Amino acid sequence: MNKLLSPITAFGKHVRLSISGLGAFFHLFLAIITRSGIAFRRPGLISQQVHFIGNHSLLIITVSGLFVGFVLGLQGYYTLNRYGSEEALGLLVALSLTRELGPVVTALLFAGRAGTSLTAEIGLMRAGEQLAAMEVMAVDPVRRVLVPRFWGGFISMPILATVFSAVGVIGGWIVGVLMIGIDPGSFWSQMQAGVDIFNDILNGVIKSLVFGVVVTLIALYMGWTARATPEGVSRATTRTVVASSLAVLGLDFLLTALMFSN
Amino acid sequence: MSRERSDFLVGLFLLIGLIALAFLALRAGNLNSFSFAPTYTVQASFDNLGGLKVRAPVKSSGVVVGRVSDIRFDNNEFRAVVSLNLEEGYVFPEDTSASILTSGLLGEQYIGLTPGGSDENLTENSRILYTQSAVVLEELISKFLYNMGND
Repeated sequence: MNKLLSPITAFGKHVRLSISGLGAFFHLFLAIITRSGIAFRRPGLISQQVHFIGNHSLLIITVSGLFVGFVLGLQGYYTLNRYGSEEALGLLVALSLTRELGPVVTALLFAGRAGTSLTAEIGLMRAGEQLAAMEVMAVDPVRRVLVPRFWGGFISMPILATVFSAVGVIGGWIVGVLMIGIDPGSFWSQMQAGVDIFNDILNGVIKSLVFGVVVTLIALYMGWTARATPEGVSRATTRTVVASSLAVLGLDFLLTALMFSN
Repeated sequence: MSRERSDFLVGLFLLIGLIALAFLALRAGNLNSFSFAPTYTVQASFDNLGGLKVRAPVKSSGVVVGRVSDIRFDNNEFRAVVSLNLEEGYVFPEDTSASILTSGLLGEQYIGLTPGGSDENLTENSRILYTQSAVVLEELISKFLYNMGND
């Protein structure tokens, strides 16, 4: 009888744990938001994190954006050429970058580049009992450690996504106009006629803001709740990448359905 | 790394972000064609709009003179009513006619204005009386086939 019931018990435990994990996640989110006053009193802390999260990710984002633009230019030309509308290549490259690829690919790279380092850093702080030491000294570790990192990620992510899209458009231009030889005038004018500043560019920025919040929060939460062992930190880092990638792709579908379905 | 140097790099990072946004808005986006000139609104009723969308351009002789600001269905007349925002710099005679045209074979649809000869001009909230609906390919083909049958 017990053997029969144990899978049901295990399932129930799994559901209970995931719900309480979700609760703890939003609790941490609220704790970070309510303690954000420090951002105005010590902006240096945030600028330090923007440097750590943003500046150091700039190179990988720029290079990836350039290559994504190259590939979009080549593949887009291959398809458009069949319908004799190669001039629409600029429109294709710019729309796919500003609407989808810019925010999504940047968020995935951001999770791999910045999210993992945040998780490992905070997990090791917990393992080395630095967080406990802060509490002993009456320094609130959420306020001192998590809040600057959260806002650092919040500021960096949309900037990185915008840079990604801009560099990608330039990459598409290099392949389309310089290498293949599409007329530059129609390349840019088709793009300008089709890309709407609010519908496409602004919505892309909003997407990247949402992804920035989600990826940074997941990274901080995983580090914060990591078990204080080397194995615990390594697992937390892996979970950061898996959870934030899934969250980004799922949220992207929801946001796209909300924004672009009219 | 010294504090000043890191602040400088962060400032540079934010600046790069702004430049990228400006590039997207000006070079890739339609901020250039975005005009903040004062406008006046006129109405026009059509039997069939085809694929006309809000914010589609209003052109006269190929020059953009305004944009479609609103599209709704008039339930008394059973016709579509389109509001056009025309830039104040451009004035048109009262008997101007509006037609829905397509740019290129498969391009976007826009409204073309052909000026008439009246001395009075269109003003805020006046109505364009002479309109021509969008050409629907199916209707065109069926007309063609019908005429073929008559011969």
